[in-house]
Amino acid sequence: MKSLPELLEGVPVTLLLTFFAISVGFALGLLFALGRVYGHKLISYFCTAYLEVFRGTPLLVQLFIIYYGLPAIGIIFSPIQAAMIGLSLNSGAYQAEYLRGSIQAIPSNQMVAGRTLGMTKFQSIRTIILPQALRISIPAWSNELIYLLKYTSIVVYIQVRDLTFQAKDIASHSSRYFETFIVVALIYLLFTAVLSEIVDIIEKRLRIPGVGVTNKVGLRTF
Amino acid sequence: MHMLEVKDIHKSYGACEILKGISFNVDKAETKVIIGASGTGKSTLLKCINQLDPPDKGEVWLDGEELTNPSVDINRIRQKIGFVFQDFNLFNHLTALRNVSIGLEKVKKIDKEEARERALQELKRVGLEKQASQHPAQLSGGQKQRVGIARALAMDPDIILFDEPTSALDPELIGDVLDVMKVLAGKVAMLVVTHEMGFARNVADEIIFMEGGKIIESGTPNQMFQHPKMERTKEFLGKTSTLYGQE
Repeated sequence: MKSLPELLEGVPVTLLLTFFAISVGFALGLLFALGRVYGHKLISYFCTAYLEVFRGTPLLVQLFIIYYGLPAIGIIFSPIQAAMIGLSLNSGAYQAEYLRGSIQAIPSNQMVAGRTLGMTKFQSIRTIILPQALRISIPAWSNELIYLLKYTSIVVYIQVRDLTFQAKDIASHSSRYFETFIVVALIYLLFTAVLSEIVDIIEKRLRIPGVGVTNKVGLRTF
Repeated sequence: MHMLEVKDIHKSYGACEILKGISFNVDKAETKVIIGASGTGKSTLLKCINQLDPPDKGEVWLDGEELTNPSVDINRIRQKIGFVFQDFNLFNHLTALRNVSIGLEKVKKIDKEEARERALQELKRVGLEKQASQHPAQLSGGQKQRVGIARALAMDPDIILFDEPTSALDPELIGDVLDVMKVLAGKVAMLVVTHEMGFARNVADEIIFMEGGKIIESGTPNQMFQHPKMERTKEFLGKTSTLYGQE
């Protein structure tokens, strides 16, 4: 257990990747979801293409292209930069799909009611549609957060020194694979438990009075 | 010049012509009731007026401005045309009070506190000040519809369009909504699509009978119920009074 400090050095990296990717992915996801639902034909096609590409190819392959592939055309990223970009783009595609599902679950008459008051389309989306759509996307979003936290571990393949990377390092030097990875598993478990509890509290706080349990929208399965 | 002028409105969906040339006027503070069987284009007509579903042909004028002109700022005009829906369409995530104040805040750009005050007044007017902090899912159908009316009233409209406002309500809740509408009669212009013949008879300044996308006949309630000119009007009103009971 004397290698615990060394192991914990990977924790900030794992957390940084998770929070960076969930936040940037959310911004991208919102943009692409809105583009797909409300954008003109061309924008909508472009958004759909993005979603298909990033959801239709393995995350690891995406990371390899960004880290090992792009230098071939002169674009060079450090491992951590490549990981941040790859995870964000990938999560953005998934979050876009969750948000799109939620937006489309809001009855179209909500928008109509906004427009009859004299709101612009943009105002109706912002003040009427999104506050409702974001609420019902929380369960899916929570799932994405947990998923991301765990799947950041694949960045070991592009040499990012995250929690899993440190563990692999320690284990191969000490040959104590069993203990090391049990500890690592427990650390991941602790974080996922805390995060899902926090999101749960947020969801309850935001729940619309009188409305039952929120819908789950097309969760990522793996 | 009339406040609202509807001139020769035509509207088709695909090959199906729903409105075949509708013309009528509404003056300030006047109540007009549109009656007719289901599927005769009454709701479509309302959506043609506030340009939710612009007509294919014809003109709509409000206060001397042509709404059907594509270059007009329709968002500004819609503030002057309240709309009350059959299925309420309250904003589910907002309290009753915020449902009423949101248009004032976001569209009329009125200060939040002032908008709250105004919204509370409107809720009082429809008898729901106690429900101000409740969400739509916590309200009964009749209460929801009264919030819907308060939401429309808050914008200070010239006219309010009612699209079958009581059709989705339990019978015992209809009265509350009609009572609110009766109080409004003469204060703000109303164009009401409804099957409530009692309301039409007692409150309307004029009744318009529509069928097959056309106006068959229009006149005062007395004229329409006592001395209808058209055979079809007589038949329709005869049927509905057997159905809904004579007043």
